[in-house]
Amino acid sequence: MTAAKAAVRPPKPTGWRAIRERMRNYAHHHRSITILWTMAIAGALLIVLPRIPPLNLIQSANPWYDAFANAGVYVLLAMGLNVVVGLAGLLDLGYAAFFAIGAYTYAYSNSPFSGQDLPFFPMLVVGAAVAAVFGIALGAPTLRLRGDYLAIMTLGFGEIVPIVFVNSDPYTNGTNGIGGIYRPEALPFFGEFSPLTSFNYMIVMIVIVTVAMMLLYRLHDSRIGRAWMAIREDELAAAANGINTVVTKLLAFALGATTSGFAGVFNASKLTIVSPDQFLFAVSFTVLAMIIVGGMGNIWGVAAGGFIVFMIQAVVLKQLSGIAETLQKAGLLPVFDIGPLHVDIAKVNFVEYQYLLFGIALVIMMLKRPEGLFPSQVRRAELHAAEELGPDDPELLGALGDTPGNDEDMGDPAASR
Amino acid sequence: MTDVLHAKNVTKRFGGLVAVHDIDFTIPEGSIVSLIGPNGAGKTTFFNIIAGIYDPSAGSIEFRGRDMIAKARRAWMEPIAWLLPPAVLGAITLAVAESGTKNQTVLALGLTATILALLASMVIGVSRPPAYQRFMFRFGIFRSARPNDMVVAGLGRTFQNIRLFANMTAMDNVLVGMHSRLKTTWIDALLSTPRDRREEKTSRVRANELLTLVGLKGRGGVVAKNLPYGDQRRLEIARALASDPALLLLDEPTAGMNPRETAELTVLIGRLRSELGLTVLLIEHDMRVVMGISDRVTVLDHGERIAEGTPDEVRRNPKVIEAYLGTPPA
Amino acid sequence: MTTVAVARRSPLNRAARIVAFAVIAIVLYDIVLFVALQQSWLTGSKALTGDHAFGVAIQQTINALSIGAIYALIALGYTMVYGIIELINFAHGDVFMVGAFLSILVTAGIFGQIPGADITNIPFLILVLTVALLLVMPATGLLNLTIERIFYRPFRGGSRLAPLITAVGVSFILQNVALVVVGSGDRAAPQVFPLNWQIPIGDAKISVLSIFIFVLAVGLMLALNTFVNRTRLGRAMRATAQDQQAASLMGVDLNQTIALTFLLGGALAGAAGVVWGLRFGFVRQDLGFNAGLKAFTSAVLGGIGNINGAALGGFFIGFTENLASALGYSRWSEFLVFLILTFVLIFRPTGILGQQLGDRA
Repeated sequence: MTAAKAAVRPPKPTGWRAIRERMRNYAHHHRSITILWTMAIAGALLIVLPRIPPLNLIQSANPWYDAFANAGVYVLLAMGLNVVVGLAGLLDLGYAAFFAIGAYTYAYSNSPFSGQDLPFFPMLVVGAAVAAVFGIALGAPTLRLRGDYLAIMTLGFGEIVPIVFVNSDPYTNGTNGIGGIYRPEALPFFGEFSPLTSFNYMIVMIVIVTVAMMLLYRLHDSRIGRAWMAIREDELAAAANGINTVVTKLLAFALGATTSGFAGVFNASKLTIVSPDQFLFAVSFTVLAMIIVGGMGNIWGVAAGGFIVFMIQAVVLKQLSGIAETLQKAGLLPVFDIGPLHVDIAKVNFVEYQYLLFGIALVIMMLKRPEGLFPSQVRRAELHAAEELGPDDPELLGALGDTPGNDEDMGDPAASR
Repeated sequence: MTDVLHAKNVTKRFGGLVAVHDIDFTIPEGSIVSLIGPNGAGKTTFFNIIAGIYDPSAGSIEFRGRDMIAKARRAWMEPIAWLLPPAVLGAITLAVAESGTKNQTVLALGLTATILALLASMVIGVSRPPAYQRFMFRFGIFRSARPNDMVVAGLGRTFQNIRLFANMTAMDNVLVGMHSRLKTTWIDALLSTPRDRREEKTSRVRANELLTLVGLKGRGGVVAKNLPYGDQRRLEIARALASDPALLLLDEPTAGMNPRETAELTVLIGRLRSELGLTVLLIEHDMRVVMGISDRVTVLDHGERIAEGTPDEVRRNPKVIEAYLGTPPA
Repeated sequence: MTTVAVARRSPLNRAARIVAFAVIAIVLYDIVLFVALQQSWLTGSKALTGDHAFGVAIQQTINALSIGAIYALIALGYTMVYGIIELINFAHGDVFMVGAFLSILVTAGIFGQIPGADITNIPFLILVLTVALLLVMPATGLLNLTIERIFYRPFRGGSRLAPLITAVGVSFILQNVALVVVGSGDRAAPQVFPLNWQIPIGDAKISVLSIFIFVLAVGLMLALNTFVNRTRLGRAMRATAQDQQAASLMGVDLNQTIALTFLLGGALAGAAGVVWGLRFGFVRQDLGFNAGLKAFTSAVLGGIGNINGAALGGFFIGFTENLASALGYSRWSEFLVFLILTFVLIFRPTGILGQQLGDRA
C-alpha cells in the first residue's frame, strides 16, 4: 500500500530541490518583493563587478557602467515588446518607431534646436504618452484584423517614421538629427549626469527596469494577463468567453509602445543626439531577437535575453578582434589558407557581422528552441504545438482564419519530429 | 414562460450552399432544448450564429428580450458620431486661434483635447463597449453583437471539438471564463489595489466551486491539455458556466465519451437546470441523452427544420426516421 | 442566377474587358498627370506648360507601367504564398534582391559587359536577356523553395506566430549576407538595354525598355494565369488555397503544391530582379526590404490571395509612386504607399478584388 502511495505522490523534495521549490513558491506569491531583492542583488553586482577582475582588465569601470546603462534601454525595450509579442501573441515589427517618437519628443523639449528646456523626469512620462498615442492610432484600425496585418502595418510604420523625420527638415533637422540635447538635471546625492560618470544613468536605469518589471508582472498575473494569454492561445475561444479581443490586444500594443517611448526618452537624454538612422529596422529586429533568445512570454527571461544580447553586441563583438589579435600574436591562432580562401580571424570586423549573427540566432532559436533560453511554461508548450495534434474544426477554422492543423498526410519527418 | 432566445427566420448561406434555411426557433426559460440532425444538417452553423460568430445572411436573434443579432441599421452614421466630438473641439480651437489670441497654452490645450477626443473615438469605436452600443441604439444605430457581447448578455457555450486554452491550467481556464464578470481594470492590476486583490481571491474561490461542480475538484493546477478527454469536456462546461450565463449552449458535450461518462454528464446537465436555474440548448448525437433530458427536440436536415416536439413525438415522426435512416425501399 | 451568368461569360469577352479597363485606366492617369503637371501649387515653381506637359505625361505614364509591372511581379509571389499557407513571406522581397544581384552576375560576368555600355545588336540583346532570365528565374525559384523547405515547413500546422517571426529572420539573414558579400551602397548594374533607344511620339520619347518590361511582365502573368487555371498542378494549387485539408483528402500532394507555389513566386521575383537592374542601373543590398513592402501593399490592395488582384495592386502602387515623383515628391512616395496601406486596411481590408478575409471574431 505504501509503495503504491509513493508512486502516486512524488517524494517530498529534499536538499537543493526543496530550497528551489520553496524559493519558486515564495517568488510566485510575493512577486514584487522578490523582484526588488533580485534587482537589488543584480544592481549591486553591476556596480561591483566592473571594479574587479576580470572585467576591469578589459576596460575601466565607467565604460562598463555606460554599457550597462545602454543595456538597460534594451532590457526595457525587450520587456515592452514582450508584452506585445510574448504575452498577447501579436507581431510588432516597427517597435523602433515608438522608440524614435519618444526620443524625438525629448529632443524637442530639451535642446537648443527647439529652445526648450523642460525637466527630464516629467518628460519621461510625456514621451511615453506621445508614443502611446501613436501606438493606439496605429493599433486601433489594425487590431480588428488578423494578426498578419499588424505585422505588415508595423513594419511599414517602422519604415516610414525615420523617412518622415528625414524629410521634414524644418522640424527635425533632417538627416543630421537634433544634437546637443540637454542631459537630465542633477540628482540629489548622486550629482550631475555627464558622459564621464555614466554611473548615474545606470542607477536610474536599474530603478526604471525594477519598477517596469514589477508592474509588468502584476499585469501578467492579473485578469488582463490571463486574457492576453487566452487570446494568444485561441482568439476565437477567447472571444467566445467574453473577452473583448480588440480592446485587450490594443492595450498590449499600446503598453508596448509606451515602454518603447519611455526608453526612447532615456536614450535621447543619454546620447544627447537623435537622428533618423538610429531607429532603422535593425533596432526592431534586435529587440525581437532579444525576446526570442530570452524566451517569449517570460518577463525576467526577456530581460536577461536583452541584457545578454546587448552585451554581446556592445562589448563582446568589439573586443573579439582584439582578443583574436592577441591570440595570434601569441601564436595560438593560425591564419587559415583553404584553397583560394584566406581566413584571418584577427582581421575580421565582427561588429559588421552582428546583424547576420542575430538573424541566424533568431532563426535557429525559432527552429530548435522556440521557447528561448529561459522559457515560460505556458509558452514552451504552445510553441511545440506543431508537433502534436492541433485543434481543427474546418467550419470554425474558416471563421478564425487559422491554418488547419495538418496532423496527417504531411508525410514529413520534420513536421512530426 | 418567457423565451430566453428567439431566432427569427435565420438563414445562412456560404457561397452557393445554404447551411441554415429560414429557421424560426425559440428557447423557453428554464427548459432544456435539443437540436439534432444528421451530420452537415447545419446544427453547428446555427449555434455559431446564435453565439455571434457568424453573421446570418437573413433573419435576426432576440436574446433575453433584446435584438442582439440582425442586419445593421444606420451603420453609416457611426463614423459621423465618432468624428463629431473631435471635430467640434477642433473647430473651437480653430475659432480661438482665428480670434487672434496670443495665448499659446490655450491653443496647445485645444489641440491636445482634439487629439485625445479623436483617440477616444478610435478606441471606443473599435472596442464597442456595451454602454456605447446602448447609447448608439438610442439613435437607432445598431450593429450585430459580437461573440463577447453575447457572453456579456448572458450566453455561455462549449465547442464541438474542445477549444480549451490548452496550455493554461484548468483554474486559469475557468478564470478566463469569468473575465467578463470581473471588474478589475488594468490600472487596478498595475497598482495592485485592494479591489484587485479582493476580486482575485473571490474569483479563485468561485472557480474552485465550479470545478467542484463539474467534478474536477482539486485539479485546478493541472494544465488543461494534460487532463483526460472527459475531464476536458467538463472543464469546458465549467469555463462556460464561469460567465454566469442565463443560456448555456452545449455542442455535442458527450462526443467521444464512454457510456459511464455520458451518464454522469447527463446528470450534470440536469443539475445545471435544477440547481443553477439554467436554460440549456443542446446539440447531441447520442439519442439516449437527448431523449432522457430534453423538454423539446428540434430536428434539422439540410439546413431545414423537419420536425419539432417532445422527445416522444419526434421519435415517432416518419420524417425524422427517414432523415436518419434514409428513405425506406418502396 | 449570377452563377450561370459567370459561366457564360467567355474568356475572350473577359480579356477584352480587362484590356478595356487597362486602357481606360492608363488614359485617365495620363490626363490626371497632364493636368497636375501644369498646376504650380502642386509642383512648386516647376509647373510645365501645355505642350511640354503632354510629352512628359506620356513618358511618365510609360515609366509608371514599367515600375508597376515590377511591383506586380513581386506582389504575385506574396499573394500566392499567402493564399496557400497564409504566411507573409517576408523573405520574398529579399529573394527579389538576390535575383537582381544574380542578374548583374549573369549579364556582366558571362557577357563581359562593362557597366554603362549597352548592346545595340538586337538579336544579341535578346540572347543576353533570355539567358539572364533563364538562369536567374530558376535560381531564385529554387532559393525560395529552399527557404520554404528549411525554414517554414517545420512549422506547418503549428502556431501562426512562429513561422512569421522566422520569415522576418530569414529576410534579415538574406539582407545581411548580401551586406557581407557585396557591401552596402549602390552596385552598378550593366546597362545592356540601350536607354537611349526611344520611340518619339510628338514631344514625348517613349522608352523601349519600359515597354519591354511591361510586355514581359504581362506575358509572365498571362502564363501564370494559364498555368493556375488550366493545368492539373494549377488546379491543385487553387484547391489547396481553398481548403488544405479537403485538398489533401482528395489526393493533392500538399508538400509538392506548396513547394511549387514558392518556386513560381521566386521565379517571378527573379524576373522582377532582372528587369530592375535594367531599368534602374543599380542594385542595393537593402533593396528587397523596400520593394517588398511596396509589393506587399500591392498584394493587400488588390486583395491578398488573389492573383489578378496582386497585378492590379502592383500597377496601382506603381502609378501612385510615379505620380508622386513626377510632381517632385519622390521622397514622400514611401509615405504615400504606407497611407494607402493604412486606408485599405481601415476601409476595405479584403482589398479591391478580395473577398471574405476580415474576421468578425
